[in-house]
Amino acid sequence: MQQNEMKLEFDSRSCNEGFARVAVAAFMTQLNPTLEEVADVKTAVSEAVTNAIIHAYEGEVRKVVIECRIEDQTLTVAVKDTGKGITDVPRAMEPLFTTKAECDRAGMGFAFMEAFMDQLKVESEPGRGTCVTMSKYITREPNKYERQ
Amino acid sequence: MEQYFEIVGTTLNIKLPSEVDHHSSEEIRKGADRILQRRLIRSVVFDFEKTAFMDSSGIGMIMGRYKTMRFMGGNVVAVHVNERMQRILTLSGIYKLIDIYDGMPQN
Repeated sequence: MQQNEMKLEFDSRSCNEGFARVAVAAFMTQLNPTLEEVADVKTAVSEAVTNAIIHAYEGEVRKVVIECRIEDQTLTVAVKDTGKGITDVPRAMEPLFTTKAECDRAGMGFAFMEAFMDQLKVESEPGRGTCVTMSKYITREPNKYERQ
Repeated sequence: MEQYFEIVGTTLNIKLPSEVDHHSSEEIRKGADRILQRRLIRSVVFDFEKTAFMDSSGIGMIMGRYKTMRFMGGNVVAVHVNERMQRILTLSGIYKLIDIYDGMPQN
């Protein structure tokens, strides 16, 4: 069984959104994904990290943690913050629901994560933080000529 | 930032960057709103020619400009939309509100 893990911690600044999704994309290349699978994961990671920056910390600079795990052909990404948390998770996950309409938020973040990943789990405790765990099965077999 | 914007008559062309996320959307939003407040703009064109990545922050930014333009009686279109961007625009439902072209619209 193929297994690999990585962990990333960075400041909740919007300029790190690009860094976070590219880092996860680089980590997943060992699964030999298609370009579309990489794009899907990048979009989902971007949504989760943006949520942490805008909603959890509301612009305050604190830490966002990403944990990635590869098990066989499945990539699991957890995005964690220790921000304000979500009081009503099912409501927050409804498409078009947003608490920040005045900031031009579309309310599509969780809908995009659900659409682009195979599984999505959101755990949150008000005042303690949120953990978004999502996974995706990567269809292509790894290149057998690659170093193990 | 001005590199994103080009005004031709009453049309505002917004040349989107390669990655449209929360970070770049904020910049574009501020710049576009400044122009929309000061100039007579009848139509806004979002040009996706260089864009390879967009998330829901980009959708929110386009939706906001769409509302402003509707209010002023203008229109919004998206041009040079590739397959990936098409998917994002379709998923968000925004394709029902604005005209989308994979190249440039023919007059």
